[in-house]
Amino acid sequence: MDEKLATKLGILADAAKYDVSCASSGAPKRKAGKNGLGATAPSGICHAFTPDGRCVSLLKILLTNYCLFDCAYCINRRSSNVPRARFSVEEVVRLTLEFYKRNYIEGLFLSSGIARSPDRTMEEMMRVAKTLRRVHGFRGYIHLKAIPEASPWLIEEAGRYADRLSINLELASGASLKALAPEKNDRTITEAMGQMHERILEARDERRRFSPAGQSTQVIVGADDVKDAAIIRASARLYDDYALKRVYYSAFSPIPEASLLLPAKAPPLRRENRLYQADWLMRFYGFSADEVAESGEDGMLALDVDPKLAWALKHRERFPVDVNRAEREMLLRVPGLGQRAVERILTSRRHQKLRLPDLARLTAGLKRALPFLVTPDHRPVSLIDRLDLRQRLAEPAQQMSLF
Amino acid sequence: MSRVRIDMKAGADLDGFRRALRIFVRDRVAPDDVVFAAEGVQDLFGAPLAGEAPPVVLPRAVTRLIADVVCHRDHERYGLLYRLVWRILKGERGLLEVASDPLVYRLARMQQEVRRDIHHMHGFLRFRRVVTEGGVTEGETESSGIEEKERFVAYFEPVHFTLAAAAPFFAERFANMAWSILTPDGSLHWDGKKLVEGPPARRDPAAAGDGFEEGWRTYYAATFNPARANPKLMAQHMPRRYWADMPEVAAIPELVSFAPVRVREMIAREAAASPKRAPEKALQKMREGRPKSLQDLNALIAASEPLVSGAVPGATRAVLGEGPLDADIVFVGEQPGDQEDRQGRPFVGPAGQLLDRAMAEAGIDRGSVYLTNAVKHFKFEMRGKRRIHQKPTLSEVKHYRWWLMAELEFLSPRLVVTLGGTAALALSGRQVSVTKMRGRQEFPPFAGFLTVHPSYLLRLPDAEAKASAYCAFVDDLRQVREIAGERLKAA
Repeated sequence: MDEKLATKLGILADAAKYDVSCASSGAPKRKAGKNGLGATAPSGICHAFTPDGRCVSLLKILLTNYCLFDCAYCINRRSSNVPRARFSVEEVVRLTLEFYKRNYIEGLFLSSGIARSPDRTMEEMMRVAKTLRRVHGFRGYIHLKAIPEASPWLIEEAGRYADRLSINLELASGASLKALAPEKNDRTITEAMGQMHERILEARDERRRFSPAGQSTQVIVGADDVKDAAIIRASARLYDDYALKRVYYSAFSPIPEASLLLPAKAPPLRRENRLYQADWLMRFYGFSADEVAESGEDGMLALDVDPKLAWALKHRERFPVDVNRAEREMLLRVPGLGQRAVERILTSRRHQKLRLPDLARLTAGLKRALPFLVTPDHRPVSLIDRLDLRQRLAEPAQQMSLF
Repeated sequence: MSRVRIDMKAGADLDGFRRALRIFVRDRVAPDDVVFAAEGVQDLFGAPLAGEAPPVVLPRAVTRLIADVVCHRDHERYGLLYRLVWRILKGERGLLEVASDPLVYRLARMQQEVRRDIHHMHGFLRFRRVVTEGGVTEGETESSGIEEKERFVAYFEPVHFTLAAAAPFFAERFANMAWSILTPDGSLHWDGKKLVEGPPARRDPAAAGDGFEEGWRTYYAATFNPARANPKLMAQHMPRRYWADMPEVAAIPELVSFAPVRVREMIAREAAASPKRAPEKALQKMREGRPKSLQDLNALIAASEPLVSGAVPGATRAVLGEGPLDADIVFVGEQPGDQEDRQGRPFVGPAGQLLDRAMAEAGIDRGSVYLTNAVKHFKFEMRGKRRIHQKPTLSEVKHYRWWLMAELEFLSPRLVVTLGGTAALALSGRQVSVTKMRGRQEFPPFAGFLTVHPSYLLRLPDAEAKASAYCAFVDDLRQVREIAGERLKAA
């Protein structure tokens, strides 16, 4: 690879790393045809992990980091002094193919600053996807970050080639958006999401290809003073209204050339982690947004215990739960029992009465679950009423260490 | 009964195990009386097995478990599997569902380890491009067929005997590349058609790097956020045993050791006051990106590809609207037909000619009105040699609506005449019944008039109905002329 291309790659990958989504799952199953290259894996594949512990699944880059907008939280804003670069359509295509052939990546995640005009930028992104599919028979994963201000036909066309289109909400409240992203408009963003949702449904009805892996979005946490409860409720609305596949939460991290409007401090990683846990409770554990939101104090999720444990501690009257008798819904609410453990309990107990040694083989979270469970050889009556239960189960209450 | 010993082939000997299992089941040999000797593990006594026995019927989940667990490196794997099968055949049909059973638990763990190993190979294996005869220069990409000018070679050390189980993934994915995977237990080579087994291999210490490895390291380093450094989590996901063959890990030590410094610098540095330019300018620029004239818009439409659903073939080109830009009346049809697509002009086919005649009778000069379609591309079904028009779907109409509305805004006519239900749908955004709503309409912000599409007149079967429908259509056009005239006077 020549040096100029490598330099651009460095700049435009650096600029894209604040977008946390790297999922390559949910695409329709595909194999490389006779002359094609690439396939999709049902659950996605991580090809590497960086020292921040995050997965590298896709080549995640910007087409360009020149931008007309001046959003305070974004390193690529108009007024930042970062070095700028711009890929040509052909360069992105070539990088994707060469990296893919070496098994470095599952596909491409392409985002972009808005250079010249939203349409111009969206069109080039669409052309990257189209060239990969049409000219090179590429059948790997493609995720395009749609530009909400771009014309509908460009987004429509992009959806024919991409597996997933997404639009970033970035800030959970319209007020924050106004303060930190003066040129952006929360209505434009939610309207674009609504249109995207409608298109996805229509295409499914007509058996036409349009963003088959659905849409996702990202919310930045900690750049403004929006509370967790508001974020959780906003996410629940997004899941309900637009059937989003995922809402990603990104702890705001200090960026070089930061704006004066922003907090210069370590990213609230634990808060981010709690929001992901809360999100899981809503999507897979049958919790409502209100239940999750109210498990904390003052609209903020507890940092010392996870939201499921926090909810259980506030609802001690509903525990302990009999492992051999309780329904799935209630087992799912026991701290320490994951979805898979619950399924295993349900099938195993059809064949035998479960005792503690059996449970130990069914879940790795038994220690945490003990105060909330009853088995023939275990009854935690005194434990559940202990006043210091929270302290005994909590992690040390401090910000996760950076190093 | 004396103990039976069976020698298994090195590696994952699924066939050998299946054969032994069938014989043991037939002969009712208890698990305690069997010794599976794998990987040179020698036991004391026993005789080799002879002959074949009939297949054993097992639940699908069990056969899947067996196929996975034979790949495990644990010497006891065959013995444990036989124990499981024995119990299942002795009456515990649902044994696999009892995840809390110690044997099931252990086998499930082994299965999980094998699957994880396969998954790791899928993810962490790295190919290097090797130029073979004919010599290709770096960076050239040939994606048509394999003429063995280049081969992609990887060395990988799996934890278990998983090479064969992991290979189909690579064959599906890199179908049109020539590639080889080398492991200490054996190797596999793909030439675009079939997989060929080869002998065990060692890592070639002299293997040349690949021109893209440096670029990949650059990417890997750039995508790391020092403010979130968490090397422990990384090591948990990406076990160190694979690192030796992954080019990017060379960047790790530096990334980790400089992360604290980079973050401290970022936090300490005074935020640079931004050389603010007015946001209005940026927004203005954005607005300028929209088409500024009908000509610009038409250029966009002409450059776009037809949107077609499913297997229906689409047009050769977009058919744009036609007529004077200051026309008082705009006629909106459904979509271009066969003739329109060939000539690239609206309303030139049989329906267009009928419209011409009716307009002339109603006293409307075709040259003074603007004619366009709700959908800009022809969509058809081949019937013999003829291209038969296909009705556009609801979402296609919606897709083109943005263009139609933009077109009408540039024209700002006094009256928009929709010919048929599809055109009315495009303007109103909802399904419209032509028979019920025929006549004056409001299509905000435009004043409108809804009538039939001339092709409807062509399709009527009997002559009498045709004649009266035609008269009604001409009447409608007369009304259109009057309304447009009134609005002209009023303005």
